[in-house]
Amino acid sequence: MDLYAENILDHYRDPRHKGVLANADITHSEANISCGDEVTLHIRIEDNRIADIAWEGTGCAISQAGISILCEELHGMSVHDATALTKEDIYELLGIPVGPRRFKCALLCLHTLKNALHICEGEPVQDWLQTVEIEDE
Amino acid sequence: MATNTPDVRSQFTALRMKAPPVYLDCAATAQTPDAVIDAMDEYYRTYCANVHRGMHGLTERATLAYEEARKTVASFVGAMYTSEIIFTKNCTEAINLVARTWAEEHLQKGDTVVLSLLEHHSNIVPWQQLATRKGVHVEWIPVDKEGKIQTGEIDAILQRATVKLVCVTGLSNVTGSRPDIASMTKKAHDAGALILVDAAQLAVHHKVDVQEIDCDFLTFSGHKLYGPTGIGVLYAKRDLLRNMPPFLGGGMMIQDVTMEGFTPAESPARFEAGTPPIAQAIGLKAAIEWLSGYSWEEMEAHEQTLMTACMRVLQRMDGVSVIGPHSATERSGCISFTVDGVHPHDLTDLLGQEGIALRAGHHCAQPLHKHLGVPATSRVSFGIYNTEEEIDLLEKGMKKALDILKI
Ligand SMILES: Cc1ncc(COP(=O)(O)O)c(C=O)c1O
Repeated sequence: MDLYAENILDHYRDPRHKGVLANADITHSEANISCGDEVTLHIRIEDNRIADIAWEGTGCAISQAGISILCEELHGMSVHDATALTKEDIYELLGIPVGPRRFKCALLCLHTLKNALHICEGEPVQDWLQTVEIEDE
Repeated sequence: MATNTPDVRSQFTALRMKAPPVYLDCAATAQTPDAVIDAMDEYYRTYCANVHRGMHGLTERATLAYEEARKTVASFVGAMYTSEIIFTKNCTEAINLVARTWAEEHLQKGDTVVLSLLEHHSNIVPWQQLATRKGVHVEWIPVDKEGKIQTGEIDAILQRATVKLVCVTGLSNVTGSRPDIASMTKKAHDAGALILVDAAQLAVHHKVDVQEIDCDFLTFSGHKLYGPTGIGVLYAKRDLLRNMPPFLGGGMMIQDVTMEGFTPAESPARFEAGTPPIAQAIGLKAAIEWLSGYSWEEMEAHEQTLMTACMRVLQRMDGVSVIGPHSATERSGCISFTVDGVHPHDLTDLLGQEGIALRAGHHCAQPLHKHLGVPATSRVSFGIYNTEEEIDLLEKGMKKALDILKI
């Protein structure tokens, strides 16, 4: 299967929810420093649901399509469900074979979401190792 | 006479394969000719032993081979004395050795180390660490839009600061531009400063003669010179080495150890604590001997042909901007470029799927990328075994990739 599958290229060329959100409750940025991928996520929460969501960013097709696809999924989702998302969920959403070269590109969206929600809850942010679930043995 | 590329290629197992890689990433690490692998194989199979330890025949043979390697390297760079060659783990460690010994001893708070904006992180961070440890200043020589060093700026810095050391790359691993090292050496010496030349890229593409350039320190890695990983070289003038404190402590670097303390050995042993990279030194010697089967003139002519062909391909592609000198004759080794609207990781990932190996990223030169206003680039780099057909394949591969990625 192809990393640059049609859905990835579709979201890369025609990103969904891209822009700013004037009345956001949380705005949070993360970067994939080794690649230079950047994502800023804006979230508005109402009744414990993600009522509105937008993002800005630059970077490779995988990272930018990733956040676009995730935002479509998050729109209207309960904060509880959003908090529970795992890297497997992201891989499933993207539907592409993400190998060791590109997993950070693919998971930048999740990393940004996780830390946006942590900040919202007043919790400490998590580092990349936690997001990619690599055991530090 | 042009280098006979099919003959060169036949000497690499990796390039004899049915579908050999289109390997255009030599600046990161070069492919290894069989001669190098065979030399190391012979050591491991027939005379594997430690060096300078013990009286048996195997250790004697290993010691001789290790010290022969030092002689080969000394003559490769034109060193006056064999003891001016120190083996390290890589170019990076060689630069760190100078920072942690010579510079640690001789630089005072308020002194200045000058770097060029072309430098690789391995010729930046050791000096920033020194600056933090000792209160030394780091000043930067800027480069122009084509990535060429602005020589006038060196004069200004040398005039206004107490410069003790100038650190400069002999050949940029991003722009392929080649600073005028001889003139910078003269300027540094006139101002009472020493000069360190990072020859990691230079040593692969052009003849290096430390007498001619008169540099004080010169560093490079084996693996970029068709040799093995795990070995690097520091050349330093003998008088400097005599007054340099040891680097790492341990076996081999001592003359005498008592319960009260130790007396360090002479150079080069003083700077080579512990069991050195023996097989790698033997491999590096084989690499240098293999390379000297070709003349610098033929290698330079061959690589210039590739450079010209590749520059032509890139310059006629829509949206491609080449970083560094626009003229092929002003550059060697590599070409870094950006494509409008296309991230280098996407381009090189798709090229990789076609078996074409390019590097993408900031190539361990973030200050330069920042200065040039690009977050990341894709880089093509050449070696002795690359061909014009590979440049054609690159062109086809790029067209295909850009078709997929274009918005
Ligand atoms: C110009 C330059 N200097 C230094 C280095 C560091 O070499 P090594 O990683 O082998 O220590 C490199 C390698 O990428 C380089 O291109």
